[in-house]
Amino acid sequence: MPGLKDVKDKIEGVKKTSQITQAMNMVASAKLRGAQEKMEKFRPYNQKFAAAMSNLSAGMDAATLPLMEVRDVKTVELVIVTSDRGLCGSFNSNIISTAEKMMHRYEAEGKKVSLICVGKKGAQYFRKTGKVRAGFEDIMGTFQMFNAREISMNIAENFMAGDSDEVQVVYGKFHSVAVQKPEVLHLLPIRPVEAAEEDEKTEISGAYTFEPEPGEIMEVLLPLYMNVQIYHAMLEVGASEHAARMTAMDNATSACKDMIHELTQLYNKARQAAITSELMDIVGGAEALKG
Amino acid sequence: MAQIHLEVVTPTGPVVSDEVDIVTAPGHGGEFGVLANHSPFLSTIKTGTLSYKKDKKDHYLMVSGGFTEVSNNRITFLVESAEFGQDIDVERAMLAKERAEKRLAEALQKSEKLNRARAEAALQRAMARLRAAELARQ
Repeated sequence: MPGLKDVKDKIEGVKKTSQITQAMNMVASAKLRGAQEKMEKFRPYNQKFAAAMSNLSAGMDAATLPLMEVRDVKTVELVIVTSDRGLCGSFNSNIISTAEKMMHRYEAEGKKVSLICVGKKGAQYFRKTGKVRAGFEDIMGTFQMFNAREISMNIAENFMAGDSDEVQVVYGKFHSVAVQKPEVLHLLPIRPVEAAEEDEKTEISGAYTFEPEPGEIMEVLLPLYMNVQIYHAMLEVGASEHAARMTAMDNATSACKDMIHELTQLYNKARQAAITSELMDIVGGAEALKG
Repeated sequence: MAQIHLEVVTPTGPVVSDEVDIVTAPGHGGEFGVLANHSPFLSTIKTGTLSYKKDKKDHYLMVSGGFTEVSNNRITFLVESAEFGQDIDVERAMLAKERAEKRLAEALQKSEKLNRARAEAALQRAMARLRAAELARQ
């Protein structure tokens, strides 16, 4: 039987842990709301951008643009977007294992792999592989468009220099508060977008006046398009991280409750045992006095 | 007077959605104006000042990097940032301008291409901010 005081101390300890996990849960849910709002605000821009891209790229000669150039794939670059902080269940490790599987697959095909890590968790994990070309850490909390631009500029320059022939983004997609899944997005070379609606497309391509020429517009638009994609992936990871943390902290809090319940029972038993043995002593002493 | 629907959308949300009389914007080939029922048109946008007139009142915005699309009597700007002139913090823009100038000078000295491009872009943004703020005050 453990001592009374030991059990009591342990109960106190677990109670404090549960207070922390509960607080973290609440913080995560508040931050999730913020992240979702950010996503919501980005949506109109994203949609309009995609629509304009598909209008423009229909009937474009893709090969002339450096960011759309399809080459023999010798080096694949993986952009791994994770969160900066842990304690969010298996969220980051799911992304990391997806990326790692892809890495092994490409290497089995005889391709070289270089990595860009956005978010501290991925950077920490992949540092030991020595394949990380650039890391962007501590930006997942308050990132803005210009952060995404910096990342995409880095990727684009590397691609245009011929140091990578294909770029894929691995990130955690936010499906709902309960479900976040790793997702792979093809970034470079940018594929011509299939025009979504046939009637929309025909209406547009003929009648438009372009300034400058469509090709030149594309040269401006494609890097912006990359920014949009990276920013979008970061937004998804931001929201997913908080949702995953909420779930993880909720589980931790209920595990704490179970533990407190068990420990309280143990405490009561120990207390009862102590009382019983004290009673035995008293009774034994009284018997002895009677003689 | 016939009006055109103006929309300015940034990654952090829509900034303007309104029926206006005329829109003037910094296009690829220089400033251009758009009135109601303009023919379909697509242009890239440089960092600069966007202005529009509604009810005889002029409004000024600083915009940076993006493009615009005109169709069906709507003009949509997709830009990386957009701020109303009256909301711009002039002091901060001044500081940003000085910082960008200093960086540009440094980059020129060391002939760093990338930093130079960055400093130039930052300088353009700061100047566009100051100009929009000044126009809005008048």
